[in-house]
Amino acid sequence: MPGPRGGRPMEKPKNVGAVIRRIVKYLAEYKLYLLVVTVAIIFSALASVIGTSYMKTIIDDYLEPMVLDYSDELMGGFIVTLLKMGSVYFIGALCTYISARMMLHVSTRTLYNIRVDMFNHMEALPIRFFDTHTHGELMSRYTNDIDTLRELLSNSMTMLISSSVTVISVLVMMLIYSWQLTLLLILLFAAMLVVIRFFGGRSGRLFREQQAALGTVNGYIEEMMDGVRVVKVFCHEDKAVEEFEKLNDKLCSAATQANTYANSMMPIMANLTNIHYALTAVVGAILAIKNILSLGTVVAFLQYVRNFSMPVSQISQQVNSILNALAGAERVFNLIDEKPEVNDGYVTIVNARKQPDGTLTECKEHTGVWAWKHPHKADGTVTYTEVLGKVEFDNVVFGYVPEKTVLNGISLYAKPGQKIAFVGSTGAGKTTITNLINRFYDVPDGKIRYDGININKIDKKALRRSQSIVLQDTHLFTGTVADNIRYGKLDATDEEIHRAAKLANADFFITHLPHGYDTMLTSDGANLSQGQRQLIAIARAAVADPPVLILDEATSSIDTRTESLIEKGMDSLMEGRTTFVIAHRLSTVRNADAIMVLENGRIIERGNHETLIAQKGKYYQLYTGMFELS
Amino acid sequence: MVKKLVSCIGEYRKYAIATPIIMLGEAIMEILIPLIMANMIDYGIQNKDIDYTIRMGVLMILCTLLSLACGAGGGVCAAHAAMGFAKNLRAKLFRKVQTFSFANIDKFSTASLVTRLTTDVTNTQNAFQMAIRMAVRAPAMMIGAAVMAIRINPSLSTVFIVVIPILAVCLFLIMSNAHPRFGIMMEKYDALNTSVQENLTGIRVVKAFVREDYENRKFNDSADQVRKAQLRAEKLIILNSPVMQLCMYGCILAVLWFGGNMVINGTFQVGKLSSFISYVMQTLTSLMMLSMVIMMFTVSMASMRRICEVLDEEPDIKEVSKPVTEVKDGSIEFKDVSFSYSKDPNNLTLQHINLSIASGETIGIIGGTGSAKSTLVQLIPRLYDITGGQLLVGGVDVREYEEDTLRNAVSMVLQKNVLFSGTIRDNLKWGDENATDEEIIEACKAADAYEFIMSFPYGLDTDLGQGGVNVSGGQKQRLCIARALLKKPKIIILDDSTSAVDTATDARIRAAFREKLSDTTTLIIAQRITSVQDADKVIVLNDGQIDDFGTPAELMERNQIYREVYQQQQKGARE
Repeated sequence: MPGPRGGRPMEKPKNVGAVIRRIVKYLAEYKLYLLVVTVAIIFSALASVIGTSYMKTIIDDYLEPMVLDYSDELMGGFIVTLLKMGSVYFIGALCTYISARMMLHVSTRTLYNIRVDMFNHMEALPIRFFDTHTHGELMSRYTNDIDTLRELLSNSMTMLISSSVTVISVLVMMLIYSWQLTLLLILLFAAMLVVIRFFGGRSGRLFREQQAALGTVNGYIEEMMDGVRVVKVFCHEDKAVEEFEKLNDKLCSAATQANTYANSMMPIMANLTNIHYALTAVVGAILAIKNILSLGTVVAFLQYVRNFSMPVSQISQQVNSILNALAGAERVFNLIDEKPEVNDGYVTIVNARKQPDGTLTECKEHTGVWAWKHPHKADGTVTYTEVLGKVEFDNVVFGYVPEKTVLNGISLYAKPGQKIAFVGSTGAGKTTITNLINRFYDVPDGKIRYDGININKIDKKALRRSQSIVLQDTHLFTGTVADNIRYGKLDATDEEIHRAAKLANADFFITHLPHGYDTMLTSDGANLSQGQRQLIAIARAAVADPPVLILDEATSSIDTRTESLIEKGMDSLMEGRTTFVIAHRLSTVRNADAIMVLENGRIIERGNHETLIAQKGKYYQLYTGMFELS
Repeated sequence: MVKKLVSCIGEYRKYAIATPIIMLGEAIMEILIPLIMANMIDYGIQNKDIDYTIRMGVLMILCTLLSLACGAGGGVCAAHAAMGFAKNLRAKLFRKVQTFSFANIDKFSTASLVTRLTTDVTNTQNAFQMAIRMAVRAPAMMIGAAVMAIRINPSLSTVFIVVIPILAVCLFLIMSNAHPRFGIMMEKYDALNTSVQENLTGIRVVKAFVREDYENRKFNDSADQVRKAQLRAEKLIILNSPVMQLCMYGCILAVLWFGGNMVINGTFQVGKLSSFISYVMQTLTSLMMLSMVIMMFTVSMASMRRICEVLDEEPDIKEVSKPVTEVKDGSIEFKDVSFSYSKDPNNLTLQHINLSIASGETIGIIGGTGSAKSTLVQLIPRLYDITGGQLLVGGVDVREYEEDTLRNAVSMVLQKNVLFSGTIRDNLKWGDENATDEEIIEACKAADAYEFIMSFPYGLDTDLGQGGVNVSGGQKQRLCIARALLKKPKIIILDDSTSAVDTATDARIRAAFREKLSDTTTLIIAQRITSVQDADKVIVLNDGQIDDFGTPAELMERNQIYREVYQQQQKGARE
């Protein structure tokens, strides 16, 4: 069964408390700001409440009496109260601005922190993680999930605080004015809660369904856009549209249902308030007539009813987006909690200088000599071993998944500076071997040794820095051609870059690009041919200048003429370096020091070109078979 | 722009029209309710008339229920209209993209197309839903409330004349300044996502070069730019609320002062004063809502523009009115064909190509990197239109054919190929959805894929993850070839499709082709000379021009490039 297509799975935050605590932890960094925000919100909410209470004072204490009997004293009081009210309101508006501005600062910073944490953590994850997660699924954490978080932080948070402050302060004011009417309010409020619960639960479920449907549709879109050229070549447009419309219809009906509930929530809440208002008015009228309450109290109380219900219905409206945001945040945190690539190696690589007596000393500057710095925990001494590029495999057994082993007992020995070639049918395990040398995947202890050191002891970064690799699938990054080559060595001078490009015979076509080395490459170098991209990838590896070089089908899309042109460059590139080459083209592997023929994860033949040809085995078949067949 | 989008409402038009009308009902009720409230206070409570208060209370509850019905009904209609709209919009975009030629697709990157169909559609849908719910309701309430306020006290209503223009100017200033800033924010956001995407696809490169820290720095910088852009845009938006509050509070104060004086003078009643205030607040709140709607529109404007760009894109390749629906045979003829990706005759990728290929021939194509080999073959199924000259397939100009007819007859295995999620069988059936298992197996055998497929525990039913990550590079290529074979085409083009396949397998595939596809014209682009040396003829391309065209033996005789390549590759094999 095909899994969910890169969409967000249907899920409710499993542990709401933990997610909230995590968010709070992020926010805690801005404690001071948040304190100001909270105070400002309280002031702004209080200002609105107090302002309204002044209205009561004005009506009850000044206007009503003055209707009967005008007095300058009362008039003076009226003016003073108005001025007080004005200043309270002004402070309120100011506080609203301050809180919003501070919150914006906090929310954008927090989002930045979360994004950065997520990305930086992602970079530290093992390759295996990327094998088991689709790009769409991971991408959606940066888009959908962060978007909902942004919504939460920039809107819901402020609203939540201000709403709670308003509700509480209004409740206090109401209690001061009239406990009878407050009791009525609480009863009605309970009714509101029932409605919220009902609708909230319903629409919460429906919203999750909508999100799942949206995820499916987005995943499908992503896949079809990615493969749109294939769709066109196969005239599969109609089929694609048909399938799309099926999913689209599903999304439409799920979304319609979810939004039906969400859209109904607001009018229901607003009108419950109105009913509440009417009831309060009637009861208030009765109480006023019986002279239990003053007229001003009833009027002010009615105003409070409005003030009270507004935030309540606002909160109820936000319930969905809050739940959504928490679900999103949980997915983000799940990624952050994903176990990073284990890097427990302690052997590091350093620049070294050879002393006349043959010993190595560590030095800062680039000398062309590298050494493994091997600290020994037991006695605290440090030994240096020269980085030569000697690689040994001792009966390595490996599978990406436990059910299927890809390598069945590989043993090999590469002397420093040798060129080792792997040949064999597709799926024989050639690429897998190189994946183990740079520890993209780990094997049990002691099975692979690098310059005599168990590679599990070597710091992964140091290990990879000692090797340069050109991969089967060439990936380039947005940036100029020069930037892409410089990827191999960040502080490479322009001259070094040009030299590397010339070595890879890429200089010729690069200088013919519209802006030469400064030509911008976009979407993985779509404006270049496959072969040109490979040439850049070779230049990128060349500029790194490492002791070990891995070329995995590095020249598969480069024509033989160009290849023969770069051969010299390649030869000088490989000179003095241990090189692992995977290639199907005979011309590429012919001059290797040792050729390993792989089949079904086993080395079935090994030797140099001449001996293997003489052996008339699989190698002979692979490379001369074509003549017999034709 | 809006008009074009609105046309996507289609069958949901009735909901889209009903929504504002029903909302109008809600708006009217919401105007009436404070009126009833005012009466309740003025005549009921003031006069201590319980009967009247109860009557008004009941009336108010009735109005409320009506308002509730309208509000909920409007909400339901709005949901139907907006979601239906989004559905149609998405489908229209999707269908539009399917009509795009390769040139169109090159213009938009695929990542950008994905964003346009997802995020941008969602933004537009939300703006649309907001608009139909609020477009009538908010102005109606504003006008209604203003009218009521004027009815209560015309002279006091002059506060509006002062406040509303001030508010409008403020809102306008905020909006018009915020709009471009949101545009910038979206751009930065795009850049951020591109960075994530690249790291997802190129993670092995990142790790192999130990560039995690470098990528982190790059991302952090990008994220910081998003943060700054967001801050810069939203900094303006948050002004909305305090400005609104200031205006509202100012109004209340003014009304209390002037109204209070009127009350003192006996020309105005206390109850009316408070209902007047509530109308003032309602008017301003409605204005605020209206401004929010406009705000949302402003923010989603960028998305709408991006959607329209896709909808407005003219498919580069057009069919003639009476297309030919049958490809007679697999002959191909290039008559002085030239081609430029930018349609610029001064910047030609292919120049003066003259070729004649008979049906059933096997043609090899070799040439240097960037010599336009892929470009040449992409013209045959009309993935791009030629810039000059004439290209005939089966004796008919490719532009005369119906697109599907041509592409079904010309099967092409792309250099950068994609498998889709689903089983191997699902993927193969792309070639022929009615293919029987025997046909599928036969195609797999011809592509030398049968053996490894059967080594998988589920055989043809093996599920391929997104992008076909479970199979190795060479296996993927062979599946793609099998898929192309199932089309039973008249012409099959392999664009460097066996680069990751070993020589022996490659030879087996070619042998199978010769045996089973003797009537099919086969074009093979290859780097390996062995892949083309048993072809009937070989094209040697050099820098967008035909350097030579002839049988391998002829070329061996007379063509320097061919000979060089041959010797280069055969060295050692003969020793």
